[in-house]
Amino acid sequence: MEKITAANVDTYQSELNALIVKIRTEADEKQKKKDLTRIDLLQRKISAFRTGSKVSRSTKRDLVAYSFIAPNFIGFAIFTLIPIVFAFLLAFMTWDGSNPIEWAGLSNFKKLASDTHFIAALKNTIIYCVGTVPLTMIMSLALAIVLNQKVIGRGIFRTLSFFPYVASLVAITSVWKMLFHPSKGPINNILLNVFGVAQDNLPQWFSGGLVMVSMILFSVWKYMGYYMVIYLAGLQGISGELYEAASLDGANTWQKFLYVTWPQLASTTFFVIVMLTINCFKVYDVAIMLAGGGKGELTLNSTVLVYYIYEKAFVEWKLGYSSAIAMVLFALVLIVTIIQFRGQKKYAE
Amino acid sequence: MKSAHKKAIFSKVIIYVILIIIALAMIVPFLWMLSASIKSDREVFQMNPFVWIPENPKWSNYSEIWTKIPFGKFIQNTVFLTIVVTCLQLLTSSFAAYAFGKLKFKYKNALFMAYLSTIAMPWQVYMVPQFIMMRKMGLNDKLLAIICLQAFSAFGVFMMKQFYEGIPDELCEAARIDGMSEYRIYANIMLPLSKPALSTLTIFTFVTTWNDYLGPLIYLKSQEKKTIQLGLKMFIGQYSSDYGLIMAGSVISLIPVLIVFLILQRYFVEGVASTGLKG
Repeated sequence: MEKITAANVDTYQSELNALIVKIRTEADEKQKKKDLTRIDLLQRKISAFRTGSKVSRSTKRDLVAYSFIAPNFIGFAIFTLIPIVFAFLLAFMTWDGSNPIEWAGLSNFKKLASDTHFIAALKNTIIYCVGTVPLTMIMSLALAIVLNQKVIGRGIFRTLSFFPYVASLVAITSVWKMLFHPSKGPINNILLNVFGVAQDNLPQWFSGGLVMVSMILFSVWKYMGYYMVIYLAGLQGISGELYEAASLDGANTWQKFLYVTWPQLASTTFFVIVMLTINCFKVYDVAIMLAGGGKGELTLNSTVLVYYIYEKAFVEWKLGYSSAIAMVLFALVLIVTIIQFRGQKKYAE
Repeated sequence: MKSAHKKAIFSKVIIYVILIIIALAMIVPFLWMLSASIKSDREVFQMNPFVWIPENPKWSNYSEIWTKIPFGKFIQNTVFLTIVVTCLQLLTSSFAAYAFGKLKFKYKNALFMAYLSTIAMPWQVYMVPQFIMMRKMGLNDKLLAIICLQAFSAFGVFMMKQFYEGIPDELCEAARIDGMSEYRIYANIMLPLSKPALSTLTIFTFVTTWNDYLGPLIYLKSQEKKTIQLGLKMFIGQYSSDYGLIMAGSVISLIPVLIVFLILQRYFVEGVASTGLKG
C-alpha cells in the first residue's frame, strides 16, 4: 500500500471536492458510478490518514467479511473443493487406494466404451430421467395450480403432498414393496380380482422390464410435493392484474394458463427442470431400495451410474475407473446446466 | 349468467375430485404403514376382508423392534448427527451469506464463484476422493466424517445469500451509522428477520441428514456407529418377512422428521419464495 503523506492528503481532498461538485451534474450513469467509487476510495484514504491507524479501514472491512465467511469456507474448501479437483485428476489415473498412483491417460474412458455394465447403467439412468422429469414437472405444476386456488383445506392438502418428500426412502420403499408385492400385495390383488388380470400376467413390479417403470412412478410420487412448493412460490409471484386483464379480454381458464401462467412461470420451470434432471442423474437409493437384491446388488435391468461408481470404488477398489464414470455423470449434469442457461437467456431476450 | 354459475360449480367439483385423489395417493401408503405396524405377519396381506385396525392390535411390534436390533443406538446416532449438522449448517451458512449478501470486500465475486460452481455438482461425482481423503485424516468409521460431509454446503450459503439480498440495505446502513458492529447487525437485525429462510434451510438439512443413506453406508462400518436408515435397511435384509416389525421400525424412523416439518412448515412456502429457490 502506498504511503499517505500530508501533501498527498491535500491533493486527495481537492480531487474529492471537485468530484462532489461534478457528480451533481453528471448525466452518464456509468461515469456516475465510477465517480462514486472514486469518492469512496478517497474518503477512506483521507480518514485513514487522519485517524492515523496503521490498518486502513478497507483492510479492516475485508477482515470482518472474511471472518464471516471463514467458518463455512474452510469446511467447504477442505471437504468439497479439494475432493472435486482430486476427482478430475483421478479419472486419468489407475489406483487401488494403497499402491502408488499410476498415470493412465485416457485408458479409463476407452475401457468405458466397451463396458456393458456401464452402458446399461448409462442407458437406465437416462431412461429414468426421461421418464421422471416431465411427469414430475407436469404433476407438480398441476397440483400447484390447484392448490393456489381458494379451496377448503388448502393447508392440509399442501402438507399432505409434502409428506412423501420428507419420509425416508428406506421406510417408504418398504411400504411400496408391500403394496406392489407381486403375489400378495393389494395392488396386484385388485388387478386380479377387480380388473380380472390373469394370475400369470400379474406384473412383477420390481424385476424384469417393469422395474424402471416402478422406479419412475415411485419417484414422481415421492418428489412432486417438493417441486409443487417451488411452483407455488412461483405462482404467488404472478401479479393478479395480469389475470384481471386477461379476464377483461374474455380469456377462458385454459387461455389464461397458456398466455399468463405458463410464460410467467418460465424461469421457475427452467429451474425445476434443471433441478429435477440433476437429481435424476444422481439416482441411487431409489434403485437400491426398490430393485436391489439381498446384498444390495443391481442387475443390468436396474443398474444406474451412481451404483456403478460405488461398486467400482468401494467393492473393487478401482478408484481411477470409478472416477471416470463419475466424470461421465458430471458431463451429463454440465450439459443440462448449459442448455438451461442458454434457454433462460433466450427467453430473457 | 346461470350457465356460468353452473360451470363454476362444475369446475370446483372437478378440482376437489382431483385433490382428493391426489391426497389419497399421498396418504394411503402412510396409513397402510401405520396399519401394518400393528398387525401380525399373517394379517398384513389379508385382503378379504381388509381391515385397517386388526381385532387384536399387535402393539408388541413396537417393543420387539428395540430388542431385535440396537434400534436405540441407531436413533441416538442419527439424532446426534442431525442436530449437530443442522446447527452447524444454519450458523456457518447464514454467517457466510451475510458477508456475501450485505458486505463489500476484496475477492467477493471470486469466492462466491467457488461456491456457485459446485452447486450443480452432484456429491456422487466426488464422493470417492472425499472418502479417500477422510480416511487419510482418520475419519473412517467416525460420526465426525458425516458431520464434515454434510455441514458446509454451497446450497445453504447460496440460499441464505439470496434471502439477505432481498432485505433492504438501508436497514444495515442505519445500524452502521448508529455504530453497531457487523456482528451485532447480523445477530440483532438479520437473524430475527430470516425466520422463513432459516426454517426452510432447517427442513432441508434435517430431512437430508436424517434420511441420508449413501453417506453413512460409505463411512459408518461398525454396528454401533450406524444410523437409523442403515439399521432399518439391515433389519429388512435380515428379517425380510417380518412385515409388522419392519413397518413399526419405519413408523418410528419417520416421526422426528414429520414433527420438525409440521412445526416449521408454515414458513416453508414463504421461505422457498424469498430465497430464490424458485429460479
